[in-house]
Amino acid sequence: MSETLGANLTQVPAIDGWFTTGDKPALIGNKCTTCGTVFFPKAANYCRNPDCDGAEFTDAELSRHGRVWSFTDAQYQPPPPYITRTDPYQPFALAAVELEAEQMVILGQIADGFGVADLAVGQQVELVVEPLFSDDEHEYLVYRWRPVTNGGQVGKSEVESA
Amino acid sequence: MSHVVVAGVGMHPWGKWGRNFVEYGVAAARAAIADAGIGWRDVQFVSGADTMRNGYPGYVSGATFAQALGWTGARVASSYAACASGATAMEVARAEILAGRCEVAMVVGADTTPKGFLAPNAGDRPDDPDWLRFRLLGATNPTYFGLYARRRMALYGATERDFALVRSKNAKHGLNNPNARYRKDFSVEDVLGSAMVADPLRLLEICATSDGGAAVILTSAEWAKRRGITKPVQVRAISTVTPSFPQTVIEMPNFSTDSGVAVPDAVTPFKSAIAAAAYQESGIGPEDLSLAEVYDLSSALELDWYEDIALCKAGEAEKLLHDGDTTIGGRIPVNPSGGLACFGEAVPAQALAQVCEVVWQLRGQATGRQVEGATSGITANQGLFGHGSSVLLST
Repeated sequence: MSETLGANLTQVPAIDGWFTTGDKPALIGNKCTTCGTVFFPKAANYCRNPDCDGAEFTDAELSRHGRVWSFTDAQYQPPPPYITRTDPYQPFALAAVELEAEQMVILGQIADGFGVADLAVGQQVELVVEPLFSDDEHEYLVYRWRPVTNGGQVGKSEVESA
Repeated sequence: MSHVVVAGVGMHPWGKWGRNFVEYGVAAARAAIADAGIGWRDVQFVSGADTMRNGYPGYVSGATFAQALGWTGARVASSYAACASGATAMEVARAEILAGRCEVAMVVGADTTPKGFLAPNAGDRPDDPDWLRFRLLGATNPTYFGLYARRRMALYGATERDFALVRSKNAKHGLNNPNARYRKDFSVEDVLGSAMVADPLRLLEICATSDGGAAVILTSAEWAKRRGITKPVQVRAISTVTPSFPQTVIEMPNFSTDSGVAVPDAVTPFKSAIAAAAYQESGIGPEDLSLAEVYDLSSALELDWYEDIALCKAGEAEKLLHDGDTTIGGRIPVNPSGGLACFGEAVPAQALAQVCEVVWQLRGQATGRQVEGATSGITANQGLFGHGSSVLLST
């Protein structure tokens, strides 16, 4: 995806091939065609199941919803290569999220506008894609987890902080 | 079966001076050699624990230390296993002795660390998860410690006060340790009053990065006997196991766990498997232990270790702590050295520092922090990307 913003910044993923964009973004993992194990980030040309020597994989979009396995935040600015978008630095939260169908846990930042006060272990979250940082030409996007309650959002909307 | 003993241990105190890491390693090596009552020329094998943050000499630490002490033609190896490097280097040395290829080996590790968070080495490396987790997520090491701590609170009802009590206990343990960097008494309130870093963990609860060096002289039991070294501490086990697939607990520096879709969960989670292998090899169980040195990268992580090394069942660590069992004078003191809380982490030296502490405890030489009548002790630690590390020692 690339779309031009008012500030003449083109939006591009901060890393290629890890997630889809659009209204219902999803993480892109892959699946071993021999044993069915799912990987994210994608496995290379070898399956990490010790009893499988599979070498063929098909891309697989992962579940867009999961439950918080645990969460924390970053009160201090992380060192490079992290690039902060704001000056002064704004703390952000992170969560490790369990995907039921894939039986795996995936770490991500929490969406803009939400903090640890909005989170609980076991809570449902949804995958979104938001700006991570920008340079003179591009705004770089990353996947994030956004808390949901009864299918709706809690806290501030992503629009306010975009 | 022949076995391996510890003839000498030595450390350079932990601190933050920014001097060349070789200086700390040489000081530790000379202290260990003196402690063993041998000479440098007696050492037939040098096993270095590498540092990744000090240029090429750090990647070939065995040779670097051997050259600094003066080339003698001794054989050499250099090992890197992140936080587990010291134990891995020790296992290499032990294997050389057990194989009958040498009788006297020295294991040494030292580090000089930059200020602040441990960050990846410079240069863009989009294929390296350790680089990517900083770039895409801003996920530092304390991020993972915070996740484990919050998980513990949700599963077992642990509180921020429980975590602070761990830190306070370790502060008291380390007060009189001459090698510790931080020798200051902190109350639970002091800890809770420090700045939040990675919710629910505060500044005083997350281990700092330190300079330091540690060394261990290993010999065959027969060699020690010939040299008149009486009742040396015995190396009963060294565990360097990897996780079993699927690893379903998220670990530094990963973005995800393994998927359990195709294969059921591992019977023994990784951190439990580390100690279990040491118990199995030694025939010594958790109920036999006099003390433990575990890797308290955070206050909360120490509680996880109580369960991982089977001092208690899952969810009972807080009770063990509050009952005073893990305080010096209690049933099974944990981190009598003061732990990483009082040392800060000097990566390649840290697993060896744990061994030094257990050796001093088993010899009755841990002045000011002695676990009375100690006869056996375990170390436990885990290196980035899946290096297990546990050493079990006994009198």
